[in-house]
Amino acid sequence: MSIALEERLAATLARLILDPAAPPARHIAVGAASPIPAAACWLVRLMGHPVRLSLLHKRSGNPFTEGTRELFDLTGQGRIDLFFLGGGQIDGQANLNLVGTGDWPGTGVRFPGSFGSAFMYFMTPRTILFREEHSPRVLVEKVDNISAPGVSPPGVFRRGTAQALVTGKCVFRFHPDRARFSLESLHPGDTVDSVRAATGFDFDAEADIPATPDPTEAELALLRGRVCDEMAETYPEFCKRVWGRTRAA
Amino acid sequence: MMLPSVDALAAMVPDGALVAMPPDNSLPSVALAKALIRKGARNLRLLGVPVSGFATDILIGAGCVAEVETSAVSLGEAGFAPRFSVALKEGRIKVRDATCPAIHTMLQASEKGVPFMPLRGIIGSDILANRPDWKVVPNPFAEDGSDPIVLLPAKQPDFALFHAVMADSEGNVWLGRRRECATIAHASKAALVTVERVVEGNFLEDERLASGAISATYVSATAIAERGARPAALLDEYGFDQAYVSDYARAAKTEEGFRAWLDREVFAGARKVAAE
Repeated sequence: MSIALEERLAATLARLILDPAAPPARHIAVGAASPIPAAACWLVRLMGHPVRLSLLHKRSGNPFTEGTRELFDLTGQGRIDLFFLGGGQIDGQANLNLVGTGDWPGTGVRFPGSFGSAFMYFMTPRTILFREEHSPRVLVEKVDNISAPGVSPPGVFRRGTAQALVTGKCVFRFHPDRARFSLESLHPGDTVDSVRAATGFDFDAEADIPATPDPTEAELALLRGRVCDEMAETYPEFCKRVWGRTRAA
Repeated sequence: MMLPSVDALAAMVPDGALVAMPPDNSLPSVALAKALIRKGARNLRLLGVPVSGFATDILIGAGCVAEVETSAVSLGEAGFAPRFSVALKEGRIKVRDATCPAIHTMLQASEKGVPFMPLRGIIGSDILANRPDWKVVPNPFAEDGSDPIVLLPAKQPDFALFHAVMADSEGNVWLGRRRECATIAHASKAALVTVERVVEGNFLEDERLASGAISATYVSATAIAERGARPAALLDEYGFDQAYVSDYARAAKTEEGFRAWLDREVFAGARKVAAE
């Protein structure tokens, strides 16, 4: 069985979660409609790393007893270490636009809205940005509207920024000191030139960019087995599409 | 107060009211939204707590809504909310974007009866730039530097609308751990709640039920609406009806499709009952 892009992305996100240079991830929250980040978190957990996962849209076993505000209260206190965010537009300074294109509040194409991004991006020690579509319409030079800014001026309380941006083509590392991305690794089939052509923002790239590593045999076995078991209830369509799993009755 | 029908509950909501509703994952009363459409409600100002879903989209499509304040409007897996998107584009509704914890915080200020509460984050976002009612002040307790922080005004909805599992003889309602509905009820002038059933007794006398109950202090009126959250899920009682929402999302892409859907799903049932 060849490696599916979803499996590669999940394993890549898992490596970023475990990055020893980043602040520790003891408690990770995963939002709605995020099957690949959820798979990455389960992979980390099932590899034996002690991490608490709060999956916000799990049908059974809602992690919160004080309503949906509990996630934000926990995050406000600094008790959520890592969150995932995406965006209809992401720019070269890691600004996120979840509102829409054109004038405020999205008079061009309206996206659903900012959700908790304007808070979570500030209050978690790190955020992994994930957007599978890697195109000039998503990765823009400057977002039309800022739901959540990539960096903040000195004096504004902020616990962290983006750690990295993972797309269907590559991994970018974010450098908050200069508010720029650098190319960290390329998925199979992509080159620096093909990434440049598909990216609306300028980014740094060293002479030799490594390939994004394949998932290991052990990671693939977990993803196709126990990770899929854990995800089947919340993401039945995803498990069916990627792993051909139909939900047991 | 137990009312005979969900339509009697809807009759309590005057045009122009500020109405707070939870989204699809958090016990919306879709039955009550449909009753508001049948009643011909107009100029409602909806507050999504903290985001908005199916019920908001059908109310907008039916012309009941003047304003939406929310952190997102979405049909989840079925994609963008079609009637919301069209109404925004055509300028028929005013949209006030927020971010989830800001909506919770504005309601919590109302719960406490204080005029505002602070919240971290948000600074540098265009959400803030478009919210003249939100203010940035220096943290008065900061030991050094100015430490700017956002202050949010208390928000008191006229009505909280949601669905619960059951009501008791005393008018308390029970909905388990979805405490955001309790926050809305506490913060609003009145809560109108649909329930699956009414049971004998008093939830507040039962230690195991009390923590998932909302006291009748906050609940102005209830009515039975079986499967009243549908197509949204109700805890462990019934699941999310993805096929129903996907069918709606397809139909509501066009005005004609939406009108046909409305006629079939909102008005036809009522006509059938009236004819019986």
